[in-house]
Amino acid sequence: MRPITRRTFTKGAVAAASALAAPAIIDAAEKPIRIGFSIAQTGGIAAGGKSGLTALELWRGDVNAAGGLLGRPVEFVVYDDQSQPNTVPAIYAKLLDIDKVDLLLSPYGTNLTAVVMPTIKQRNRFVIAQMEIGQNDNLKHDKFFEIAPWGPNPGSNWCRGYFDLAKRQGYKSFAIISSDAEFSANAAHAGEKIAAEYGMKLVSNQHYPPNSVDFSGILRNVNAAAPDFVFVASYPVESAAMVHGISEIGIADSIQMFGGAIVGIQYAQQLESLGSALNGITNYDTFVVAPSMNFPGIDKFLERYRPLAESKGVDPLGHFLPPFFYAGGQLIEASVKAVGALDEAKMAQWLHNNTVNTIVGPIKFGPDGNWAENRLVYAQYRDVKDKDLEQFRHPGKQIILQPEALATGKLVAPYKKARA
Amino acid sequence: MIVELGSNAVVTGLLLGGIYAVASLGLTIAFGLLQVPNVAHPTFIVLGAYCAYFGNLLGLDPVVASLIFAPLFYLGGMVFYQAYFVCFERRGRGNTLQSFTFFFGVALVLQVALILAVGVDLRSVTAPYIGKSLSLGIITMPYRLIVPFVAGSVVGLGLWLFLTRTHTGLAIRAVAHDDKALRIVALNPASIKRHAFGIAMMTAALAGAALIVVNPVDPFIGGEYIGRTFAIVVLAGMGSVPGTLVAAVIIGLMESLVITFVGATWAPGVAFTALLVTLAIRPSGIFGIAR
Repeated sequence: MRPITRRTFTKGAVAAASALAAPAIIDAAEKPIRIGFSIAQTGGIAAGGKSGLTALELWRGDVNAAGGLLGRPVEFVVYDDQSQPNTVPAIYAKLLDIDKVDLLLSPYGTNLTAVVMPTIKQRNRFVIAQMEIGQNDNLKHDKFFEIAPWGPNPGSNWCRGYFDLAKRQGYKSFAIISSDAEFSANAAHAGEKIAAEYGMKLVSNQHYPPNSVDFSGILRNVNAAAPDFVFVASYPVESAAMVHGISEIGIADSIQMFGGAIVGIQYAQQLESLGSALNGITNYDTFVVAPSMNFPGIDKFLERYRPLAESKGVDPLGHFLPPFFYAGGQLIEASVKAVGALDEAKMAQWLHNNTVNTIVGPIKFGPDGNWAENRLVYAQYRDVKDKDLEQFRHPGKQIILQPEALATGKLVAPYKKARA
Repeated sequence: MIVELGSNAVVTGLLLGGIYAVASLGLTIAFGLLQVPNVAHPTFIVLGAYCAYFGNLLGLDPVVASLIFAPLFYLGGMVFYQAYFVCFERRGRGNTLQSFTFFFGVALVLQVALILAVGVDLRSVTAPYIGKSLSLGIITMPYRLIVPFVAGSVVGLGLWLFLTRTHTGLAIRAVAHDDKALRIVALNPASIKRHAFGIAMMTAALAGAALIVVNPVDPFIGGEYIGRTFAIVVLAGMGSVPGTLVAAVIIGLMESLVITFVGATWAPGVAFTALLVTLAIRPSGIFGIAR
């Protein structure tokens, strides 16, 4: 038998080591990129959470069909937080320390993101925040990026557009109706401060408990106060009762504009059931079918989203939230591809310095991780027919009044005339 | 202005009271008379609301749809009680922490079943009277509140007549006092309770229609009504149908007046404040008798 030389031994050792390492190398290349988050799939805000998740799954499918990110498939590690803030800390502890996900998305909404942001800041993790308001205003986390078009300092400014519109019309007095929940209370407080800046007088300020069913007393008080406009911050269940209440009680002639931050009337089910009762209301929205919002890719997204949403029993219209959740995926995609690695610091730096073209338009971030400009639209409902969801898939039912750059018409006032 | 506000607040409170009454009647029977701690009752009301919703999709008025579903709720209630009887009451574990837990579990399972079956979106009904109101002088009454009030009043009256004027109704009231004594007159207490629970479930179908006429519903909304319905049943005096109507109207009135003249934020505290004050003065409730 020939003796084993050093050369032979070395060759054999290298071959053996390569054979042992090959699965790991192959595994690393094929190992999916895991994006972790919780989202409301049950509970009070599940309608929004599930529609957002549907959009994210659509994005994941698109990315994987195109070869993944960095040659690796994208996988979600997602848990149902049941719309309960108290479930979120444990879920994110698991995502970070047990699941060890590669990237994070926040839960859906302010109330749930609020409880996890301190941890994310402490752990210095990159996060795409999903429709929260103002959670980074004080934390100032440099790896935080919000998908919603609230603009800078959203905690105090997200509803500024409504008051800008009122100021343009020359309105001087206003009333607030708001729900005793964090989002609505914050919106009301922010609105009050903005109005004070503009020298407007608050003539009535009423709060009510969440899920109230009757607003006749509140609306009568508002009518009696005779404001120029009314700023409403309500949540879905009570929003319907509020809109019905206007039809039942009537509205004072003095009120020129009514709406603002009514949550719920952006969803298909409420649009369809409230129908003509919506006419005249001027309210916030994130996306409206209008020539000024016809961004590249949005039509194709909506076309694919809708049948998927119907099969899952979630909002079939898909205007309010889903495009922005999809855009959140596009932000991750753009930053990972630009940086060429899962380097959260470099991804964050890239996003701060670049504009990303998404299906909701070009997104440029400010230093606080919110959009550099407030692109929340305020639109007035006009000529809405009853029991016709299809009408909202075409322009003309929501006339954009604010911001001026996207406006497609002028306010019809007073509110009573616009309702007729 | 004050007169108009006050008058409308009173009328709205009466209408709200009627709605609260129909939501609480089933619990009056189940908890008040039968001592079955059915904390799942509000979730059954939500199920009733969804039945009214699907009936409405077929073109039926929601209240009419609930009348069609009511017999099914009655039969389902009887089956459900039989299961509860076998698992708990026959083993001497009725009205205990375990049975409480059982009903909480039932509520959760039913809620998840609704989520899986119908999704999480809010559902509402359409009817010609929703969004319209009846004006009588300075009083304006939304039909959205009138219709459930009338339906609730009819149900309450019917239930009271049944419990006071029929043999079965008297037997149900008797079983609440002394189910052992019922055997002496050759009546089976379990059978009486089964029928009573079925009736309680039937009211849930009607209450569900009232709920969805007033507001959109989702599978989670039952939790909003647990506290209020239990407060009404206890305030009324356990098992008293007239007491339930009176207690519900008192709470509806107080809430409406507080919303109008003090601030809506205080309204949720009204039910429990009224309960605490009444129980401090009269522990058996307004119409209850000490047992």
